[in-house]
Amino acid sequence: MKDFIEGSDAVARAVALCRPGVISAYPITPQTHIVEFLASMVADGKLKSQFINVESEHSAASLVLGASAAGERVFSASSSQGLILMSEVLFNIAGMRMPVVLACVNRALSAPINIWNDQQDSMAVRDSGWIQLYAETGQECGDLIFQAYRLAESPEVRVPVMVCLDGYLLSHGLEVVDVPEAAEVDKFLPPYRPTEKLDPAVPMTFGPLAGPDYYLEIRHDLHAAMRGALKLIPSIAADFSRQFGRNSGGLVEAYRLEDAELAIVAAGSVCGTIKEAIDALRQEGVKAGLLRLVTYRPFPEEAVSAALAGVGRVAVLDKAISLGATGPIYADLATALVRGKHQARVNGYIAGLGGRDITIETIREIFTRLSGEEVSAGFVGLKG
Amino acid sequence: MSVNINSRPGSARNNRTGSWRVDRRPKFLRQNCIACRLCLLVCPEGIITGKAKNSFETDYVYCKGCGLCAAVCPKKDIEMIPEDTETEG
Ligand code: SF4
Ligand code: SF4
Repeated sequence: MKDFIEGSDAVARAVALCRPGVISAYPITPQTHIVEFLASMVADGKLKSQFINVESEHSAASLVLGASAAGERVFSASSSQGLILMSEVLFNIAGMRMPVVLACVNRALSAPINIWNDQQDSMAVRDSGWIQLYAETGQECGDLIFQAYRLAESPEVRVPVMVCLDGYLLSHGLEVVDVPEAAEVDKFLPPYRPTEKLDPAVPMTFGPLAGPDYYLEIRHDLHAAMRGALKLIPSIAADFSRQFGRNSGGLVEAYRLEDAELAIVAAGSVCGTIKEAIDALRQEGVKAGLLRLVTYRPFPEEAVSAALAGVGRVAVLDKAISLGATGPIYADLATALVRGKHQARVNGYIAGLGGRDITIETIREIFTRLSGEEVSAGFVGLKG
Repeated sequence: MSVNINSRPGSARNNRTGSWRVDRRPKFLRQNCIACRLCLLVCPEGIITGKAKNSFETDYVYCKGCGLCAAVCPKKDIEMIPEDTETEG
């Protein structure tokens, strides 16, 4: 059924259709609407889940970790400082291979305190062992939730999934979203059946000590599962599109790249703006294209390298920065292109931090600068 | 290699902490023991056994040589001796 709703609502309705046994989160702007929607569904008896209030994000993450270990499908959501407060537990969730799904509503990090959008929060936990998917539209916010559970719970993956959506731009922006029927979702997402769970009748320790003799192997297993997800992500997206009749998710999306000479690589809602800029540039005869990263972790090196074959100049737009180095996507992309033996020249640009608007003009400026000076972390729109 | 990351009860037994000993192990002298059980209680490995006076002993497969038993013994009836003196037991 189509409805005119916020991205937050699209996420909440998708989560409800996945019927998690336990939901726990702590309110933080701009994630709050998601859990408010879910809380009202539970309070109104429309969703049979346990909604558990906690005193912090650290507790919310710990709670869903425990509930997941007890065999329940679980959900949490956070943003910015909340996600960072969760970070200790995020590493544990991944290390213990719990198929938790969490929505990160992307927001800048303090200090200075700033509640607006960029992607520094999720990027700061990119090494935690979570799969990270970035939505472009309100529709995709919901669609990625279904795919996230399917992916996280696949026996060959068993890795938590973070669905990242840009704060306000997606979380509070209203769009027409097609919300599927419960029966359709049930066909796509089978019930969660853990192979092992916390059960007093069959005692088991989750998260025991692993010394120097096994830690390396256990980390290797997690890495291998993440790399394995690179195969499963496209096949889940293909299944999704067969069943629901629209494309969402996957590793990357190529937009007008076939004959492109210049390309931008980016993730999230900014890709909508970039597509419009590209359409305008194409009308002016500039052969521009976009490579949208849907999956950022695991990093889809081969898909990226193949999609950019033949592109002469590549601009990476990061809405985050590894301070003192470069934007995170830039670093990964440059590595992928070197490994793919690409000749392309790659420039890195940092834009939109702390909610600074990225307009079609900003994108045009990046395309113009791409023909000039070589930069790895060129800030766009800096006031003089 | 794939490692099972959850463990069943009793699996700490697989971790033979005796290999952690560096160069000393406790020797129970069994001369002035008053069976106060302090050594048994303080041992972080929980591997000291014994009931009667001068009957206390440890399990060298797991004894990691921390020396707490020797330090706590009020009768100085446990001595930390170099690994290469005498046979274990
Ligand atoms: S040395 Fe430490 S581990 Fe060994 S028996 Fe004494 S207290 Fe236990
Ligand atoms: S601490 Fe010393 S005296 Fe007490 S039981 Fe152990 S060996 Fe005997």
